[in-house]
Amino acid sequence: MAKLSMRERYSLLTRDLDWTPTYVDPKEVYPYTRYEGIKIHDWDAWEDPFRLTVDSYCKYQAEKDKKLYAVIESFAQGQGHLSLTDARYLNSLKLFIQGVTPLEYAAHRHFGFLARHLDGPGPRFAALCQSMDELRHTQTEVHTLGQYNKYYDGLHNWPQMFDRVWYLSVPRSFIDDAMTAGPFEFLTSVSFAFEYLLTNLLFVPFMSGASFNGDLATMTFGFSAQSDESRHMTLGLGSLKFMLEQDEDNVPIIQGWLDKWFWRAYRVLGLVASMMDYMLPQPVMSWKEGFELYFEDQMLGGLFPDLEFYGIRPPLHVEAAIAEKDVVSHQIYWLLYQYCFGTAFTATVPDTAHLDWLSEQYPDTFDRHYRPLWDKARGIQQDGGRFFNLALPQLCQVCQIPVAFTEPGDPTRLSHRSSVHEGERYNLCSDGCQWIFEREPEKYRQAWLPVHQIYQGNCGGAALPDVIAWSGVRPGDGGEYLGSPDHVNWERWHAAGTAASGL
Amino acid sequence: MSIETRVRRVGVDLQDSEDTRLLVEAMEADNPGLTVSQIPGIVKVQSTGEIVIRRRTVEEKAGRPWETHEFQLNIVSYSGNISEWDDDKIVIKWEH
Repeated sequence: MAKLSMRERYSLLTRDLDWTPTYVDPKEVYPYTRYEGIKIHDWDAWEDPFRLTVDSYCKYQAEKDKKLYAVIESFAQGQGHLSLTDARYLNSLKLFIQGVTPLEYAAHRHFGFLARHLDGPGPRFAALCQSMDELRHTQTEVHTLGQYNKYYDGLHNWPQMFDRVWYLSVPRSFIDDAMTAGPFEFLTSVSFAFEYLLTNLLFVPFMSGASFNGDLATMTFGFSAQSDESRHMTLGLGSLKFMLEQDEDNVPIIQGWLDKWFWRAYRVLGLVASMMDYMLPQPVMSWKEGFELYFEDQMLGGLFPDLEFYGIRPPLHVEAAIAEKDVVSHQIYWLLYQYCFGTAFTATVPDTAHLDWLSEQYPDTFDRHYRPLWDKARGIQQDGGRFFNLALPQLCQVCQIPVAFTEPGDPTRLSHRSSVHEGERYNLCSDGCQWIFEREPEKYRQAWLPVHQIYQGNCGGAALPDVIAWSGVRPGDGGEYLGSPDHVNWERWHAAGTAASGL
Repeated sequence: MSIETRVRRVGVDLQDSEDTRLLVEAMEADNPGLTVSQIPGIVKVQSTGEIVIRRRTVEEKAGRPWETHEFQLNIVSYSGNISEWDDDKIVIKWEH
């Protein structure tokens, strides 16, 4: 028998195995795909360009896993954790397992939901593949980073931390927001805004950062995951175009979602911005450079002219994100530095070479606005002190980052917005977050804001140590890096030489 | 910064590996004017028009049979739209 072509195999598997229900109303079988106002006339118009089928999915995923687990084994056997540039590098991995791995798991769950609840067999199968991918990512990340958990703090308790620790409410509120939306909005938020529009700014810096800092294991799981990611990007762009092509009435709904989810996803990436600029001992590229390359050049320059054809314009508040590229990483890392008594990663003042690199990367802002802060913080540390800010910050009702950004174009003025809904005042960090709040105040008024919850007595007690313990963060997980267990151990192991590490 | 003033490119980011070296050779042969650059761990391939990856050319460079699905093992990310992906070729371009 002649071998079927990819096209025929795909068609047989996704179309021929489907049937139209006759004794049950299709609206009862697929109850979630109408209430959002999106009109779909022909589900078969959905084409997966990858034309992936179960046999090829299994074959290539197995190959990816084989490669990865070979690397993990040699990493463990070769004391790979000692070949990093510096133990400070681990902070980037801590942020990853605490803040990104739970997103993968949540995506696994919700794509499983879509694999049941979308009306068309093509998108259902694509969602099923993505659901399996996301579970694979969760598992491979746990298996890879678990290697470091044997030697370093902060990696041991990420599911509890994701639910309870203050800065992790930033990614958590993002995914909760997406999962509580309807299926089409979820596709726009996670598949398109996160996986297509901004994914490169999340994964490429982590992987290149790993590659540049001697972390073979993370680089390998990153690549392994990212090879699935191109399929997810395709699902994101494919689903967006599908919705736009199905009915003209869908266009304004999708524009509204794009306006919302661009800014939501962009704010989450603020944590990645500070990672890129501050947490890598050997930095790869600055946030600003990454943003210009992956967002301004590829998305604004490449993608949006394509979407203009459908009547879609670039998202609202894009100009504000562009204006922030010179300041955002510094403002967030400065927050993390002063509040790291309550984080599960450590923070410290960058060394002089690193500060010089930041001066070069940010010639318009760093020396003027941020380097003096770091010089001052270093001075305090040299005198035996350490600046921590023990006053809990006002969080933004939407993104849940402390209200500490500045006005677009003016790094000297704090940006603070507030909106009144049914007699209550809500605080917001920016025009973007305020716009999102005012569009759905009844949703965001329910936000679980860690600082409010602490003050209401819902987080383990009244004193900070009680709250930190309740969060699942142990002594040594956070605080100042210099003198931390990770730092002390690193110095000891390297002074002894790798042969004598005798772990 | 207006959108109109930018150069519109498509691109593929690939894992820096032996297989990728052969893929890039094949892509260079089929796509004149391709630019190839590197960031740690990644080979970046960009073009101002479209990028075509042909099975036949990859097979010639690799000296072995190659399925277009195998491209999934090397790709890290891309910019553009996957316009075609069948047994013989993959085409990445902007549609509009």
